[in-house]
Amino acid sequence: MVPIAIDNVTLEYDTPAGKVTGVKDVSFDIGASEFVCIVGPSGCGKSTLLNVIAGFLAPAAGEIRIAGKTITGHGMDRGVVFQDFAQLFPWRTALGNVSFGLEMKGVAKDERDRIAREQLRLVKLEKFVDSFPHHLSGGMQQRVAIARALAYNPSVLLMDEPFAALDAMTRDDMQTLLADVWRETRKTVIYVTHNVAEAVYLADRVIVMSAHPGTVQADIRIDLPRPRDPLSVEFLECQKQLMRHLGHKVSGNGAAH
Amino acid sequence: MTIPTMTDATINTATKSASKSSASMSDQSKGRRSLWRAAIVLIIAACCYEAVARSGAFAPALMPKLSVVAQTFIAMLLDGTMIEHAVYTLYRVLFGFFLAVLVGLPIGILMARFRPVESFFLPLVSALMPIPSFALVPLFMLWFGIGNLTTILIVFYAATFPMMFNTWSGVRSVNPLWLRAAGAMGADENALFWKVIIPGASPFIITGLRQAFLRAWIAVVGAEMIAASDWGLGWVIFDAKEFLNTDVMLAALVVIGGIGFVFEKLVFGSLEKRTVQRWGMSRVAKG
Ligand SMILES: Nc1ncnc2c1ncn2[C@@H]1O[C@H](COP(=O)(O)OP(=O)(O)OP(=O)(O)O)[C@@H](O)[C@H]1O
Ligand SMILES: [Mg+2]
Repeated sequence: MVPIAIDNVTLEYDTPAGKVTGVKDVSFDIGASEFVCIVGPSGCGKSTLLNVIAGFLAPAAGEIRIAGKTITGHGMDRGVVFQDFAQLFPWRTALGNVSFGLEMKGVAKDERDRIAREQLRLVKLEKFVDSFPHHLSGGMQQRVAIARALAYNPSVLLMDEPFAALDAMTRDDMQTLLADVWRETRKTVIYVTHNVAEAVYLADRVIVMSAHPGTVQADIRIDLPRPRDPLSVEFLECQKQLMRHLGHKVSGNGAAH
Repeated sequence: MTIPTMTDATINTATKSASKSSASMSDQSKGRRSLWRAAIVLIIAACCYEAVARSGAFAPALMPKLSVVAQTFIAMLLDGTMIEHAVYTLYRVLFGFFLAVLVGLPIGILMARFRPVESFFLPLVSALMPIPSFALVPLFMLWFGIGNLTTILIVFYAATFPMMFNTWSGVRSVNPLWLRAAGAMGADENALFWKVIIPGASPFIITGLRQAFLRAWIAVVGAEMIAASDWGLGWVIFDAKEFLNTDVMLAALVVIGGIGFVFEKLVFGSLEKRTVQRWGMSRVAKG
């Protein structure tokens, strides 16, 4: 929905042992309604970059513009989904969690509930509106988190390996679901992952980051038609190409992981 | 990578969650069973007491049979004295306890939120918390005289620090992810405080209330022994000693234990059940 410009962003962490670079000189642009995946080796600064875009960390240099405006902190134009299941509020039901953002916006109770139910339906949890998070499985909790981030209708969705802790089968379901949700809502999405197949399945573009200190190493467009078939030759070819960029040795069968 | 249809997983997780909630249904019968177990243990303990009392190891005046204790208990209940003693004690303990919550809770929160407040109160808590409140009774008596004021202040002293300390730990233990998520959803300071920090710290706050009440209850009985005149369960015990009225002492002990049990199990237990247990947060409270 809105374009994002990431302009020479550098972030350094202050630690007792001195300054640690989180990301270094990262620049790229994201088009409106584009689905961008960020991949890279562990510790390269993917989460750091996402937190800077979310406005939780202030960059040491550079700036980020969303729809032309430089960001100064977190804001309701961006919805965030973290990797950790514990991000949901345990004292609120699924419905209560999803309506939190609307509550903050001052939306009336009936309207809040209606929108929250609608969002939960979108992630196929309409039967669990009144469940507390600890009665939901990990995958369901992550779906609630996605519904929560979508409910107050931010134009940008930021996701940090939201499905990384799920088993492979549930993860596949989640990816299908997310692709559907994205098609319906047309949000601008930045999605961090270290799973190459996931990136190829979801992304319009994949940003490959180099190992620590992280910089942008490659910017690859995935032009496969949607919905994508992970078993097609083209899909596997894309996957191989991406893995080559990540420095993997690619064998004939092109298996991920 | 294969992508099975969505519905399979939905059904899977649905049945899983259904079996989970049916598991929590049996919690009630589990609770009833533990009540039964507690009753059986108490009956066994009473039988042991009765056996010693009848064995003649102590003079009957010093160790009366349970039937005698029960008679005294009922007599004191019927003539209203026991109830009046209990009311005095409850008044003192609740007054002091609420005062402690009123002071301990906000200071605990401020300690966790602001460094200078923390560095001021933390040494104070560490130094004062280990002093048994009972040891302060003589001093408080000299300062505040005999009566309600001294006992209430002793209760306040006993209850404030556990309340403060637990609240402080609770607010510090609030998951930063909740704060970030709430912030991203547009929560201002006020909403963060009431809708995230307070419920997030609730397992510790409830533990604090519990510990504070327990210490308050122990403190009030002790304080009444020395610093109360004419009324209160602690005073009854101390007064009865003068006349070797062991049956009265034991009857008062039963009331003290009973009221303590009611608060621990029914008041705080049900508070916990309705909040942190319902939310699946009680694990945090124990850790
Ligand atoms: N809170 C922190 N304090 C200090 N250094 C940090 C902090 N968080 C991250 N770093 C450092 O910044 C670098 C990037 O970390 P980041 O968490 O962004 O990596 P990542 O790409 O998300 O890795 P992963 O795939 O394992 O999640 C790492 O080298 C790490 O040591
Ligand atoms: Mg990370």
